[in-house]
Amino acid sequence: MLKKLSLTVAGLAAAFTMIAESKAQAEDSLYIPMTTYRTGPFAANGTANANGMWDYFEMLNQRDGGIGGAKLVVEECETGYNAQKGVECYESTKGKGALVYNPNSTGITLQLIAKAPIDKIPVLSMGYGLSAAAIGETFPWTFNYPASYWSQTSSILNYIESQGGLKGKKIGFIYLDVGYGREPIPLLEELAPKLGFELALYPVGVKEMQAQSAQWLNVRKDRPDWMVMWGWGAMNPTAIKEAVKIRFPMDKFIGNWWSASHVDLIPVGESAKGYLGSNFTAPGTSYPMIQDIIKHVIDNPNASTQTEKENVGHVLYNRAVFNGVLVAEGIRAAQAHFGKPGINAEEMRWGLENVDLSDARLKEIGLEGFTAPIKGSCADHENGGSIFMHQWNGTDFDKVTDLIPPMTDIVRPMLETAAAKYIEDKPDWQKQTCN
Amino acid sequence: MFYREAGQYKTSYAKDLQAFPIKQDKIGMFIWGILAVVVAVIGIPGLGYDFAMKAIIIPTLIFTITALGLNILVGFAGQISLGTGAFMGVGAYACLKLTTFFPDVNILIHFVLSGFVAAVIGMFFGLPSLRIKGFYLVVATLGAQFFLEWAFGRIPWLYNFADSGAIEVPTRTLFGVPITGASADVTWQYFIVLFFLAGMTWIASNLIRGRIGRSWMMIRDMDIAAELIGVRPLWTKLSAFAVSSFYCGVSGALMVFIWLGAAEVESFDINHSFLYLFMVIIGGLGSITGSFMGAAFIWIFPILLKEVGKSFGYNATLMENISLVAIGVMIVIILIKEPHGLARLWQISKQKLRLWPFPH
Repeated sequence: MLKKLSLTVAGLAAAFTMIAESKAQAEDSLYIPMTTYRTGPFAANGTANANGMWDYFEMLNQRDGGIGGAKLVVEECETGYNAQKGVECYESTKGKGALVYNPNSTGITLQLIAKAPIDKIPVLSMGYGLSAAAIGETFPWTFNYPASYWSQTSSILNYIESQGGLKGKKIGFIYLDVGYGREPIPLLEELAPKLGFELALYPVGVKEMQAQSAQWLNVRKDRPDWMVMWGWGAMNPTAIKEAVKIRFPMDKFIGNWWSASHVDLIPVGESAKGYLGSNFTAPGTSYPMIQDIIKHVIDNPNASTQTEKENVGHVLYNRAVFNGVLVAEGIRAAQAHFGKPGINAEEMRWGLENVDLSDARLKEIGLEGFTAPIKGSCADHENGGSIFMHQWNGTDFDKVTDLIPPMTDIVRPMLETAAAKYIEDKPDWQKQTCN
Repeated sequence: MFYREAGQYKTSYAKDLQAFPIKQDKIGMFIWGILAVVVAVIGIPGLGYDFAMKAIIIPTLIFTITALGLNILVGFAGQISLGTGAFMGVGAYACLKLTTFFPDVNILIHFVLSGFVAAVIGMFFGLPSLRIKGFYLVVATLGAQFFLEWAFGRIPWLYNFADSGAIEVPTRTLFGVPITGASADVTWQYFIVLFFLAGMTWIASNLIRGRIGRSWMMIRDMDIAAELIGVRPLWTKLSAFAVSSFYCGVSGALMVFIWLGAAEVESFDINHSFLYLFMVIIGGLGSITGSFMGAAFIWIFPILLKEVGKSFGYNATLMENISLVAIGVMIVIILIKEPHGLARLWQISKQKLRLWPFPH
């Protein structure tokens, strides 16, 4: 008994020492924690997200030795898309000098938004999270480049308008019934009477992601003219399969940028031909930067990666690479401004706010024509980004439109109202003034 | 040698009835008390203070309150429930509404009041227990779980019409120190949770030693016999549901306000109900100590495993999968080796310690 006990104690003590040792880190390194989900119901999408960002940072380390002479130290923390575990990851990594958090989940983002100003660590929720975070005055520490969900929704409506008008049409909105999926509903409800369309909502619970026949039975009964989807994980292929089953016209079915990727469409294949999706980063491997990733990471036996080569260039992978690019550009901006390679989280916030990804810069880093240029500012943390539509041709996506701008004049005031509402009952909320 | 009660005489009825009759147990409790303060000062050595507090200690203490509550219902009164997660949700949403309506009332009072709201809801969903038992009751409480989850997601009034559909915890202070919201002081939060845990453990142990607890156990062991000797099933079963839901409600409010800071419906889903049931079963049905051990084991074991794995350089995904497998295997092993849970293991080792080092 005593022997066992002392062995256990010795084992635990050894474990603790090792944990303590692992905390010690080299100087002039840039520590970036990554909350990922390679497990759980959303693993297929989460893995693509995680791989893209990881490979990009690994490429920078392999090719350039980091950014500006400082090596990138990237640590993954597994959340399983669970907000509680996300917070646990946040608490376990923030003390190590985390520069920025990319939560990769709207649920986790919502938890971190309130913590960011206290711990002084910025949150970059690229293309997800709280739409109102676009208001830089109210949310100095949160960024959602290149567009908030509300801007995206209005761009999609603009597209529908250009394809035969919105007035008198019925638009079905099928969404994952969590914070993420519910996010655009206030905007849709506000715009429906203004633009004269009818809105029908079809929530899909996380548990019924793969059994949506009830929702699609209702779709068949209601006969909407267009369907818009805010789905994630296994919900996407299931919804597209059900839509095919009820013979819903695929070219009237639009997925948001998280609902139109290769992992969603490959399982459905040929029958989903014509399915539309919004996007802000181009898929494909033709870009010099993606080629660099293949050369320095995927084909390099010394590099650390978990990516299968055929998945490079897929929609989610490329978008995650772009997420990495935004972080890197933020770091570069901060390094140049503060004149040192090792920056801290507060300086990182400045960097993110002053990101300048012009067309020239995009070309320089090997991403010409990959996405719309982004220029950060104090007041605008989403940059009112435009999106384009791409269409599934049975095996791959084809870009079918040019950039579609959002309805900034309508969305911006609504974002401001929402931001004001968010801090209404928080008297100590930290704002910033922009000139 | 160390754990021997020879020579400790009880000379009054009061001494015979006390909670810790053995001197060594008193010393043990004293050490725990010192540890509780030491932890508040230094955290867990080797782990970051905030991480140790916010990811390990505070949730463990909160889940211990849940486990205590569930143990009262399942372990002492013999009514199986799968609605624990939802009852915690009732506490959390009640606390949000209360503090929205009465922002000036101390948040600690709201924690207790939200427990009472949960107790009322729990009693309502406990009504079927008067007619049905066992698996059928499980299904009825499952109904409570699904209905409440639906309500949390679908009634915007409950989450104050937030666009995100999530609870956003406002900042509340105690003696001028913020104890909820993002700017809260972790050490204070720890002491508040500890205070609730200590108080509620004291109440639970006294309830169980007294008339009410005995009537719960009578209903559990043989309800017809209990009824024949004058225990009223209606009152007994409903009081078990009420007390249990009260504990769950308070722990739910603490979970969201002290620990999480923001919560969606997923924090109260059926998986969490199962988790709490595992805590009670692993810890030991019908044991207060077991509730502590079960909650600590189920919550801390996977986290420590992951931290240890990380220090050996295994990747996060692998460790996540390993910890899922390991916790499952541990549950099976413990239940095969000791169906009465960790509490029984502790009792056996105490017995052995009494004889050690001369087992004959």
